[in-house]
Amino acid sequence: MTQQVPDSRAGEVTATSPASGSPTPAGRPHRTEPSASDDAARRRLLRRQRRSRWDLKLSPYLYVSPFFILFALVGLFPLLYTGFLAVHDWNRAYYVRGDFVGLDNFVWVLKDPVFRTSLVNTFSIFLMSSVPQVLLAVSIAGLLDTRLRGRTFWRMSVLLPFVVAPAAAVLIFGSLFADQSGVVNGFLRELGLDGIRWHVDRWWSHLAIAGMVNWRWTGYNALIFLAAMQAVPRDLYEAAALDGAGRVRQFLSITLPLIRPTMVFVIVTSTIGGLQVFTEPRLFDDTPSREGGADHQFMTTTLYVYVKGIEDQFYGRASAAAWILFLIIVAIAVLNFTLTRLLTRRSA
Amino acid sequence: MHQIRRSTRLLASAAVASLVLATSACGSGDDPTKSAEQKKLDDGEALTITTFGEFGYDALIEEWNAAHPDVQVKQTKVGKWDTWKADLQTKLQANKGLPDVVAVEGDFMPALVAAPERWVDLSSDDLAGRWLDFKTEAATTADGALVGYATDAGPEAICYRADLFEKAGLPTDRAEVAALLGTWDDFFATGEKFKKAVPEANWYDASGSVAQAMLNQVEFPFEQADNTVDVSSPELRQVFDTVAEHVDLGSRAAQWSADWTASFTKAGVATVACPGWMRANIKSNQGDPAPDGVQWDIADVFPGGGGNWGGSYLAVPKSSTHQDDAQQFASWLTAPEQQAKVFAVTGNFPSQVEALADPSVLAATDPYFNDAPAGEIFSNRAAAITVQPYHGPLYSDILQKFQDAINRVDQGTDPDKSWETFLSDVAALQ
Repeated sequence: MTQQVPDSRAGEVTATSPASGSPTPAGRPHRTEPSASDDAARRRLLRRQRRSRWDLKLSPYLYVSPFFILFALVGLFPLLYTGFLAVHDWNRAYYVRGDFVGLDNFVWVLKDPVFRTSLVNTFSIFLMSSVPQVLLAVSIAGLLDTRLRGRTFWRMSVLLPFVVAPAAAVLIFGSLFADQSGVVNGFLRELGLDGIRWHVDRWWSHLAIAGMVNWRWTGYNALIFLAAMQAVPRDLYEAAALDGAGRVRQFLSITLPLIRPTMVFVIVTSTIGGLQVFTEPRLFDDTPSREGGADHQFMTTTLYVYVKGIEDQFYGRASAAAWILFLIIVAIAVLNFTLTRLLTRRSA
Repeated sequence: MHQIRRSTRLLASAAVASLVLATSACGSGDDPTKSAEQKKLDDGEALTITTFGEFGYDALIEEWNAAHPDVQVKQTKVGKWDTWKADLQTKLQANKGLPDVVAVEGDFMPALVAAPERWVDLSSDDLAGRWLDFKTEAATTADGALVGYATDAGPEAICYRADLFEKAGLPTDRAEVAALLGTWDDFFATGEKFKKAVPEANWYDASGSVAQAMLNQVEFPFEQADNTVDVSSPELRQVFDTVAEHVDLGSRAAQWSADWTASFTKAGVATVACPGWMRANIKSNQGDPAPDGVQWDIADVFPGGGGNWGGSYLAVPKSSTHQDDAQQFASWLTAPEQQAKVFAVTGNFPSQVEALADPSVLAATDPYFNDAPAGEIFSNRAAAITVQPYHGPLYSDILQKFQDAINRVDQGTDPDKSWETFLSDVAALQ
């Protein structure tokens, strides 16, 4: 489907190119040549030359265009339209946009205690997931990078959780972490400990949700790290080993500095993902309201946006909240990017 | 190089400009209050209806299709109301893709009544008196337009486990149990007695379910007749306080949660506030056939009189291009004869006055519930309903916050603090 787009466009461009493109000076003298068939052949050649020049200039853009067209439709447009909705009122009964209200929605959202709760939850879950996730992924990748028996098997199995649909994963974790009937609490009680109220206590619920996120994404990130590690020249390790560096020292002084670009990539993407956790808290709350707990103790900001917009039908407020979250994520991604660069550069 | 960069910039700004244009164009869709142009059904074209859960319409639609070759009907079934509600709201917003007949949960009707210009007025003289009064009232606008035909109703009885009652030294016979639970005070007092005798079991399934049952007897739970939100009534606070005081009698789990489902088989539940449709939930939570020794039954009583919980409607959106056919079909589906047939199939209790006296309805018994005369009991319960709570447009939203407030108390939050949060949650809905 997407491949057809550049093809048809390219055809269009070549058809109109003689009109807009400048005729080649080399082409002119040939017109006076006596032989008609020669002339035609040359013209064909000329056309082909032009076409190939256009091809050279335009094709790269056309090849990348499907992404940008798609991005404009499902990325940029919603972003701008959300901004547009954020400064308008919303008629809940008729599902239509109301009057222009300026920044009222932003003020309302920032004053809403539930929104502030959701921000704290988001950051708490983000820290509990992204930080251990990256550390764990690097270590797993480091282990997988060694000569293991049945390498493919180990590599495949770390990716397995990623293949499981998040909704299915939450169902499994939901029955593990159920407060009264859950497996984890059953185990704790066997040990003579009190059960943990996973759905009630704020920080425990964050830990349970972060657990689900980590379970899903650690293997994926580990594979990305592994790919980067395999590109590290092996002779560096040999040289280090000759100098008497142990495996840990090799890992810290050779591997880590050399996978810096991948590090930056993984940290930035997992920051963006970690601040947008939605499915897990949405489904972890198994009461009908599904708003991240009775006290919103594990409602993340994306969940807040969903609840305000889709469920409560306050599109203006939801849009404002979405934009605030967007700005926060951009700020943190930039901060992360600079920090990671600074840190890894120093160790390099 | 320089030229390329300039043209890229030009291209980028053109893209942004066209997006902004598209953005503003998107805001002004078709006027949802305007009726769509009416057309005849083409050959092979069918009238569409979307239902959720199990309305029991499969056989009825076949019957209709056989009798009306010109007006064929195609049904789309959605698994759950919440799923259909989200989809319905999206379609209402786009004003596109709506079926000719829309099934709507009773709690959502206030949203239709609040936007009457979007829905076809279905009122007609020969339908007067077809439904129980409170069902018609909930679908009637201030101007007297009827925006929905009621399908079923949810008159509440008490479902109870006779074996647990016996264990606690309470009577087990239907009539004796009914005599025991006439008022909420009786209900809670009996519960205290039960809990002393059988501490490991729960007297009722969930605080939220009892709160909902009590709320169904409050005339203006959350909103006044002019739709202004008012959650300061002493009746509402009393429901909250009573339930909060007795959280130990329930499972402390939120209704419909995994722990709630598990509590039926683990700790055991002695009583459930029980509209007709709740029987299906009890069966699936407890296991069908019931485990050895477990015996459910239904008592012809509801504390504090009658109460209605749930029941759906059929409505016709103005975007339908076959409104007359749709209205006729919906009217036929919700006629007493048809709803009596539905009751036989699914147990959804009819909301039509005539159907309540229908012999096939009255004679129905439920083997899972010790062969209780379910038809007769629920008919009596429907007749006992005197108060129908007023549901304004924010009813279901506030109800959810109220359930959250009860749930917080279940989880150990101080009731006064939970009430404060409830008040601020409600304020955020306005």
